[in-house]
Amino acid sequence: MREHRALLFGPILLGALAVFVLLGPLIWQIGPQQMDLGARNQGASWAHPIGTDQLGRDMLARLMAGGRLSLAVGLAAMLLAVGIGTAVGVAAGISQRLDGPLMRVTDLFLALPLLPLLLIAAALFRAPLAARLGDEIGLFALITIAIGATAWMSTARILRGEVRSLMQRDYIRAARSTGTHNPQMVWRHILPAIAAPLGVSVAQGIATAILMESALSFLGVGFPPDLPSWGRLLFDGTPHLGTHPSRALWPGALITLAALSATVLGDALRDIADPRYPRYHRK
Amino acid sequence: MRFYALRRLAMALPTLLVISAVIFALLDLAPGDPMAQLPDTIPPDVRDDMRAALGMGRPAPVRYGLWLWQMVVVEPGIFLGLIPEDAATRILSWQTRAPVMTQIAQRLPQTIIVMGSAYALGITIAIGLGILSAWRRGGAIDQAGTGLAAIGYALPPFFTAAVLIYIFAIQLNWAPTIYDTTLRVTGWDSLAAQLRQMALPIAVLSLQTTAQITRYMRAAMLETLGQEYIRAARAKGLRERTVLMVHALRNSMIPVVPVIALGAPQIFAGAIITESIFGVNGIGQLLLISLRAGDLPVVQTVTVLIAALIVLANLASDLALPWLDPRLRDA
Repeated sequence: MREHRALLFGPILLGALAVFVLLGPLIWQIGPQQMDLGARNQGASWAHPIGTDQLGRDMLARLMAGGRLSLAVGLAAMLLAVGIGTAVGVAAGISQRLDGPLMRVTDLFLALPLLPLLLIAAALFRAPLAARLGDEIGLFALITIAIGATAWMSTARILRGEVRSLMQRDYIRAARSTGTHNPQMVWRHILPAIAAPLGVSVAQGIATAILMESALSFLGVGFPPDLPSWGRLLFDGTPHLGTHPSRALWPGALITLAALSATVLGDALRDIADPRYPRYHRK
Repeated sequence: MRFYALRRLAMALPTLLVISAVIFALLDLAPGDPMAQLPDTIPPDVRDDMRAALGMGRPAPVRYGLWLWQMVVVEPGIFLGLIPEDAATRILSWQTRAPVMTQIAQRLPQTIIVMGSAYALGITIAIGLGILSAWRRGGAIDQAGTGLAAIGYALPPFFTAAVLIYIFAIQLNWAPTIYDTTLRVTGWDSLAAQLRQMALPIAVLSLQTTAQITRYMRAAMLETLGQEYIRAARAKGLRERTVLMVHALRNSMIPVVPVIALGAPQIFAGAIITESIFGVNGIGQLLLISLRAGDLPVVQTVTVLIAALIVLANLASDLALPWLDPRLRDA
């Protein structure tokens, strides 16, 4: 029974956050960039429920805009990471020939110093990409691809293990003997059977991607102040911690809440799928 | 056993070589220009001379080869005193024209003291908490530990840092907000000051470590405690403490050791964030400053050093496992 409650908690919280960032702006119609120099550094009031920043921009509106960006990056980077991880894991699990090389590449990626590499990529490639694709799309693409391309390894490893043990099952052999080709095999017989670990990867992927994006923005190589994510808002708020703590605490709390609800969802899914987890996922 | 160690070592070296090449290629492909910050009035030919002086005129493979030679032969040679300091060109920072290794050597102690003690503290708490949680499954400690692990995992370190600074530095004024690296420990007062300024960064990092490792420790311990031989140990009247700390702990450590070893290099990643918040002038801050200034030799060297630590940690855990698990000794 406890598992079921935990299973509900994650999606409800994530849903509430999505409603806040998507539908909030319909009700709260101040723009996130709208400056009001007469109302700088204000505390909570009816006009600005959680105050304004040093340029008189409404923090509630900025939190909504920031959340849209943070959750969008989290979702897109997770889709990329889980996509790559599933492709690599399933291919390595099915094919004996691809298994060796693909797992070598996975091990190599696992040995990369990820945060330094992401920092380098985000710092050095931001200007040219922004020039080519425009500020918003260029940065979004850069950060999403950088995070997604470096977060697929755990998915690949876990799914490879699942698929390998699946290949020994009678029903897969039966399907093979009736001449089922690989694409159909994957789509009809393998993907449905690994839905549970895939769900765990999806939930954990969202949490990882949101945390990674906020780390990059916090270190100043993510999103700029005129296109703020939650991480950027936290970064901008930290210097004012002594005078206006709420400016850092709100975005930080929302990042934590989003990551926590995704993690709890992943844990609940994992408990249901495999009560003995974490098993020892090593060859 | 020796064969196994050699095979692991033989895997580690090519991995490291490929990683260093990947990092070099990434830095080299990046369109940044160390001359971009200079005034436009500098004529193009002078600009080209300056580029050549930084060693950028030569083709990329030559530069990578030179860097590799300096990293693998020259720097260790100078460090060990085999090569006189002026006999060979060292890896030089573009910003300061000083050897990169000198800068790293100046900053490494701060990183190791702060991040290392945070990791050690985190592991100690995690192992203790994991043992207790599994021992009394569903009890108060287990509930608290599981909650702490979930929250600690979701809390980004820069947010924990902000909250702790707000509470303990600004409201209570127990600890400074900025780490003072010029502080020399000479007596009790300065020791107290040093411990006070280390407290917040260590709390931030050890919370993260504890959160990650407790889950593994608890799960491993739960699985071990369910085994028959534990029941046998209890049945023959061993004290509960002996059963837990001797019989169960050793086998439970087998899946946890790789997690601990693989997490160790992550302290350097955590160092990047934590050092920039608290102003600790360690390796992470060096990487961040150099990256902002486009000082590629420093970025390249520090990143490859972190990669080398990751590969070394992998190797260490591979070599430690047969010691814990006799089944692996014949492999």
